[in-house]
Amino acid sequence: MDKVNLVQSRTLVIPQSDIDTDQIIPARFLTTTTRKGLGKALFADWRYDSAGKPKPDFLLNRPEADGCGILVAGNNFGCGSSREHAPWALLDFGIRAVISTEIADIFRGNSLKNGLVPVIVDKTTHSWLIENPGAEITVDVDACELRLPKGRTVAFPIDGFSRYCLLNGVDQLGYLLNHSDAITRFEDTRSWQP
Amino acid sequence: MTGKSLFQKIWDDHIVVPETADTPAVLYIDLHLTHEVTSPQAFSVIRAKGLKLRRPDLTLATLDHSTPTVPVASLKDLDIVSEPAAAAQIRMMIENCREYGVELFGFDSDARGIVHVIGPELGITQPGKTIVCGDSHTSTHGAFGTLAFGIGTTEVGHVMASQCLLQRRPKTLAITVDGKIGPGVTAKDIILAIIGRIGVGGGTGHVIEYRGSAIRSLNMEQRMTVCNMSIEGGARAGMIAPDDTTIEYLKNRPMAPKGSAWDAAVARWRRLPSDPDAAFDREVTLAANVLTPMVTFGTNPGMVVPIGDPVPAATDASFRKALEYMRVVENKPMLGMPVDVVFIGSCTNSRLSDLREAASVMRGRKVAKSVRMLVVPGSEQVKRAAEAEGLHEVFTAAGAEWREAGCSMCIGMNGDLTASGQLCVSTSNRNFEGRQGIGARTVLASPLTAAASAVAGRIADPRPLIAD
Ligand code: SF4
Repeated sequence: MDKVNLVQSRTLVIPQSDIDTDQIIPARFLTTTTRKGLGKALFADWRYDSAGKPKPDFLLNRPEADGCGILVAGNNFGCGSSREHAPWALLDFGIRAVISTEIADIFRGNSLKNGLVPVIVDKTTHSWLIENPGAEITVDVDACELRLPKGRTVAFPIDGFSRYCLLNGVDQLGYLLNHSDAITRFEDTRSWQP
Repeated sequence: MTGKSLFQKIWDDHIVVPETADTPAVLYIDLHLTHEVTSPQAFSVIRAKGLKLRRPDLTLATLDHSTPTVPVASLKDLDIVSEPAAAAQIRMMIENCREYGVELFGFDSDARGIVHVIGPELGITQPGKTIVCGDSHTSTHGAFGTLAFGIGTTEVGHVMASQCLLQRRPKTLAITVDGKIGPGVTAKDIILAIIGRIGVGGGTGHVIEYRGSAIRSLNMEQRMTVCNMSIEGGARAGMIAPDDTTIEYLKNRPMAPKGSAWDAAVARWRRLPSDPDAAFDREVTLAANVLTPMVTFGTNPGMVVPIGDPVPAATDASFRKALEYMRVVENKPMLGMPVDVVFIGSCTNSRLSDLREAASVMRGRKVAKSVRMLVVPGSEQVKRAAEAEGLHEVFTAAGAEWREAGCSMCIGMNGDLTASGQLCVSTSNRNFEGRQGIGARTVLASPLTAAASAVAGRIADPRPLIAD
């Protein structure tokens, strides 16, 4: 995983609430066996017409989407399936942080393991972001804060371990395997065997 | 000192390294289930790092998601009936399982089926275990008093290599359903009512324990229906304390313990239920006797109403978009809306009792001319059991299609799709836009309501058709 600290970008705003992972990447793209190249399937059913042509009025197809690295979504983002293809698709498209009032558990965990920063904000900040698409903002992982225009800052929660892993690009599998002896001890001494 | 909840007992029993302010817990996993869609990239990581599976003996694999529901006698058939990418994914699963020594319930197995149907059926889903799978409906297994939850593909790799996961302790939510449900009302209606109450994000960050007399009175298949949709309420896991019903179900299953090991296991399972003074972070209660059949009207499972009630008026743009997508009219009931497709299947409602319920409505009746009805058993074992009772004949005589086991039209990855604009009454768990095919409009309901709607050609209340 790449290190992530600052994500500085204009925002892309999709105000729809409860955006599920079937919207982020529809199931028919999940027959892939790699994690590459999924950006073109991002929001496919909202983004392309039935002939596969980009819909000109969908945000991701508009020129202002170019180079945006921060997605602001309506309330409760990422519910539904456990497909890690959802953060893979967002990252492949160029998104480095997602902001909402609530982010579903599995999507959030998957994002953190791939260097996509999930940012949960209060309702007031959220409304401001929704109403100001294209705002130039900064997600600062080290400081756990969001910097809005005119010097305004908003803190966001992120647990210490996830923050450490993002900042240092830590591969959590390596961390887990460092506990191999403890795992063996657990297996040998537990009171019942599965 | 307060007592411990069912969740807390299982959590504590699986801590390899406790969590601290700075680091998550290392949690041991007793059973890792896997399927063809979310595992290939994890196997690739294991291969690239030169690792092995730590406990292939605690890992089970099946083919279900992109798998055809027409008979596949050999892998040659697969190339005829499947899209090349789906066929390649299935072949890769077979190869990966062979290379890493994982038992695969493939086309040559008479126990193949949807991952959340076969675990319980084989008796390997047992109280007190931690169970994970790269699949959000792993919550189903919680019906046995297990801590079972869905994980992403990176975590699938973690479990393969270490048999552990890094986890923060979630919060607990007790949902109590007391009273007796009326005839024609099912476990599906209970869970849809619960999601309607708490909302699709209501359980985020929590593990749910379902309790109360209405839950206790459910059989295991019905309990699985309830726990299955915990994720639709935002909770990664939902669980029900083991009791006589659980133990009776597991007895003599092929992978359940035998002899003295069985007695020891039962003694251990009896200690799992939450202590009377266990505390929960949140509590919600619901009365069962007022519940009716439920149907969804929007594009997430929280957008749900009692079948005769009017669809609520839109409150915001997202809500309005959902009603437009569904072509549903505010302030009018869903009852009577024309139906194009009926799907009986998925890990929510594809077990023998679900098929029996649907057949009880179909017997001696016909699927309406305008309707295509697909019945897909959850596993090959369910299929055989249903055929032994003649249920397949009830469905085919009525004009429905009877298929091989798999996820099928729940997710539409194997070619079983609802066409754009068509309305499908489905016993599955997700009515997201496009879930059953691009532009498909999904109405979630119980097998009884789905069958009644197939007969009527319109969304129909099953209660008048039920002889009790
Ligand atoms: S039946 Fe549907 S929800 Fe269940 S595991 Fe298969 S795709 Fe997922």
